Amino acid sequence: MERTLTHVALFAALIAVLGLIPKLDLAAGVPITAQSLGIMLCGTVLGAKRGALAVLLFLALVAVGLPLLSGGRGGLGVFAGPSVGYLVGFPIAAFVTGWLVERTTLPVGFAATAAAVIGGIGVLYVFGIAGMALVLGKTLPEAALLGMAFLPGDILKAVLAGMVTQSLARMRPASLLSRA
Amino acid sequence: MLTLTSPVETWAHRLPAGLKLGLLALATTGLFLLDHPLMLGLAAVATAGLYATAGGRFALSGARLLWPLWPFVVIVGLWHLWTGAAGAGGAILLRMLTAVALANFVTMTTRLSDMIAAVQRLARPLAVFGLSPRRLALAMALVIRFIPVMLERMSQITESWRARSSRRPRWRVLVPATLAALDDADRAAEALRARGGAG
Repeated sequence: MERTLTHVALFAALIAVLGLIPKLDLAAGVPITAQSLGIMLCGTVLGAKRGALAVLLFLALVAVGLPLLSGGRGGLGVFAGPSVGYLVGFPIAAFVTGWLVERTTLPVGFAATAAAVIGGIGVLYVFGIAGMALVLGKTLPEAALLGMAFLPGDILKAVLAGMVTQSLARMRPASLLSRA
Repeated sequence: MLTLTSPVETWAHRLPAGLKLGLLALATTGLFLLDHPLMLGLAAVATAGLYATAGGRFALSGARLLWPLWPFVVIVGLWHLWTGAAGAGGAILLRMLTAVALANFVTMTTRLSDMIAAVQRLARPLAVFGLSPRRLALAMALVIRFIPVMLERMSQITESWRARSSRRPRWRVLVPATLAALDDADRAAEALRARGGAG
């Protein structure tokens, strides 16, 4: 019980911290923040249920007014803005990512990368694009065009999530709750 | 830690958080039912008036919170000018900005402790699924406590990398940072158990 609680809390903190690292520190030339990498890691490391709970806890803290979203955004306003779809999609993306890692017997690095692409990009984009279409009054294809700007950075992040998960599996196999 | 609550004390700070959240839900629903640019314009003016009652400094920091939306304003604005539907574009932008500004107003006028108390009250039905309000409060406190700890550790990892290499660490901080989070979680769990558990 305590272990679940602290893992969920520490990974919620990790999502926040990854959103606070300056963009260009992560990779040269690609303007990305690491926040969605945190979402992917919640799934690949903690698994479906704990990963989704960690993301929900992070969102609860954003909603009560902590500026934890990348760029120092936060508060209730972000849930009324154009990015609301991504926020709604975050816990579902973590859940799907974690579920996929739990359910496959593929090598963990490969499984985590593939799961992050499907959950952290595929699922997340469906929600994010629907949200932008709704708030900005655009059709889905038009909103999808806007969303695609983030695709190169997100693919890079899925690969990083896979690499980090594989390193953890090698160094501390017991810590990988998604494969425990 | 820094919160988004405004240090400028206003009349709205004295209202109960639950009331503000309820009114916000009603107002936001209403906004999405409005369609006419004129009506949405009136709602935007009323919202601006709401900020004005709280004074100039408060209104200025409120405007600053809206600033991250500018790319969307530019994109939607250009799009609708190009397709010749300026009225529809104006309605969309007014609705978005007003909804965000109203939500920010509640955040800016409610202290973090009051908001957390409101969340705990709202989350009470979740006890059925094993999420007691006490556990939720404990988890939220843990996150708030560990964010500065992890930021500090992240900069220590970066510095150790710099001390050994002329290249920049970039993504290489990720594995040690994640590993440290997992170890912290185990240690915090032990500490909790030693103090009687998470309830």
